[in-house]
Amino acid sequence: MRIQTTEIVDTFAEAFKMWAARVIITAATPQWAMAAAQSMTGFATSIIGCKCEAGIENEIPADETPDGRPGVSVLLFAMNAEGVGKRLVERVGQCVMTCPTTSCFNGLPDAPETVVVGGQLRYFGDGYQISKVLNGRRFWRIPVMEGEFVVEESFGVQPAIGGGNLLILGPDVPATLRATEAAVEAMRTVNGIILPFPGGVVRSGSKTSSRYKFLFASTNDAYCPTLRAFAPETHVPPEAGCVLEIVIDGLDMDVTAESMRRGIQAAAEQEAMQISAGNYGGTLGQYHIRLHDLLMETTDEH
Amino acid sequence: MSIKLNLHTTPSVPLEAEVITPQRFASLSNEDIAALPVQHGNELAKLGDFFTVSGSANGEIELEGDLRLVKMIGQGMSSGRIVIAGDVGMHVGAIMSGGEIVVEGNATDWAGAEMLGGQILIRGNAGHGLGCGYRGSRIGMRGGQIFVQGNAGSETGGAMRGGLIAIGGNSGDFTGVNMRAGTIIALGEIGWRSGASMLRGTIVTMQPARILPTFGYACTYQPNFLRFYLLHLRAMGLPVSDEQVNGYYQRYSGDSIELNRGEILVFAG
Repeated sequence: MRIQTTEIVDTFAEAFKMWAARVIITAATPQWAMAAAQSMTGFATSIIGCKCEAGIENEIPADETPDGRPGVSVLLFAMNAEGVGKRLVERVGQCVMTCPTTSCFNGLPDAPETVVVGGQLRYFGDGYQISKVLNGRRFWRIPVMEGEFVVEESFGVQPAIGGGNLLILGPDVPATLRATEAAVEAMRTVNGIILPFPGGVVRSGSKTSSRYKFLFASTNDAYCPTLRAFAPETHVPPEAGCVLEIVIDGLDMDVTAESMRRGIQAAAEQEAMQISAGNYGGTLGQYHIRLHDLLMETTDEH
Repeated sequence: MSIKLNLHTTPSVPLEAEVITPQRFASLSNEDIAALPVQHGNELAKLGDFFTVSGSANGEIELEGDLRLVKMIGQGMSSGRIVIAGDVGMHVGAIMSGGEIVVEGNATDWAGAEMLGGQILIRGNAGHGLGCGYRGSRIGMRGGQIFVQGNAGSETGGAMRGGLIAIGGNSGDFTGVNMRAGTIIALGEIGWRSGASMLRGTIVTMQPARILPTFGYACTYQPNFLRFYLLHLRAMGLPVSDEQVNGYYQRYSGDSIELNRGEILVFAG
């Protein structure tokens, strides 16, 4: 299949079942809300090395947040609900509570399960914390040197999709970056997804094996242009000089697929040489997202 | 279609009508509803002796007429909705655990007393003992929400341990007396000795207040939690201004003769 000059490889992205939470961070200014969100989503690119994957979903105008202040929505993914809870306690405690003027709210109030976050962080208040219940939701007011940190007792967690991906191949770094950046911008227009790597892009894609016993993931040599003439298997065409990957985590398959579809279209408009996807032969992930199917489906707007 | 109760005979003395709840009416015919017992002074009477019953049960009850001497409407209700077209007598919604009561006029004393859950909206004024514990009770309102668009009398939220009482106007003396937890917000003034003996909980006023000497001034700050409470009040139709949402509040801690864990927040602009 081709879109203009771009070849869309007949393959699939192999994605995994994860669990996700949505955190609404509000603050006195958009800048402080974003500062907390950026801190909270730092070092959260890959579940393999970071224990979770997290990213900024979008900015929220003041009139749409629980306390009428500017906000940022953050999505955090882990392999199970318990993992999401642990990471939330760590990251909300270290990155949001510490940030001036912030408050922190559950962004998935209708989720099937909850994990306790504010209910654990409250102990930082050393007995001076105050509980408030409004419309069945409990909040904790934790006294801090700047005033009070408000955090919701529990956060909803729901099954989600992790590890959706696109591989974008181009003749050189500038051209490939151009196509990838366009794809990232288009993919981020879908609510309910994050692209957890820096700028939404990862250059060091990995395979799930290594010649070293102590390492269970190593460079994806089949997609390294410098190894095209050397590695036992290569997927890099002779005219390609750069491969970049976009990893996507979504709250459900619909938003994940729609985001990938928009990414493919945007990269193709920038004349990416080839668009492919990473998989493990279909043996590991619960979900196979076929690129050709994405382009043939009529999807609703998100 | 809801059940409609029209008062055809105004009681000469207080009428105790705690049978008027959606759960009590459920599955009853209109004749059965009219036969429910009510206490008229020292005499046992039937609901139909005072009300004309029409409509059919769907979880909602509408009442019309001069109900100022009709007491205990919605007392103990757990679900459904009651709409009272005018004024209503004492104990409306007392000990209710769920559902909603709307009073289009005024409510007299003990509205929502010892309430456990649900919601009461009073578009006029409320009397004394709003959401309060009864005499001898250690605990008043434990949950739910009461909204009063007018003023409220004395001992609003007395011994309260949970929930929210919001008053569009003034709240009387001893607001939040013996309060254990929960939140009382008065967009007007709070009366003298508010918060007396409170252990925990929050009392908010938008007007200057006489604070008991057993409360200590802490600071003037922007309490972030109050923002979503005030936005909630605004959504419920109370006149909350942007200045109040975004404003600064003086925080007083007390009552120091008790735990000293309660607070009175006074709007400072």
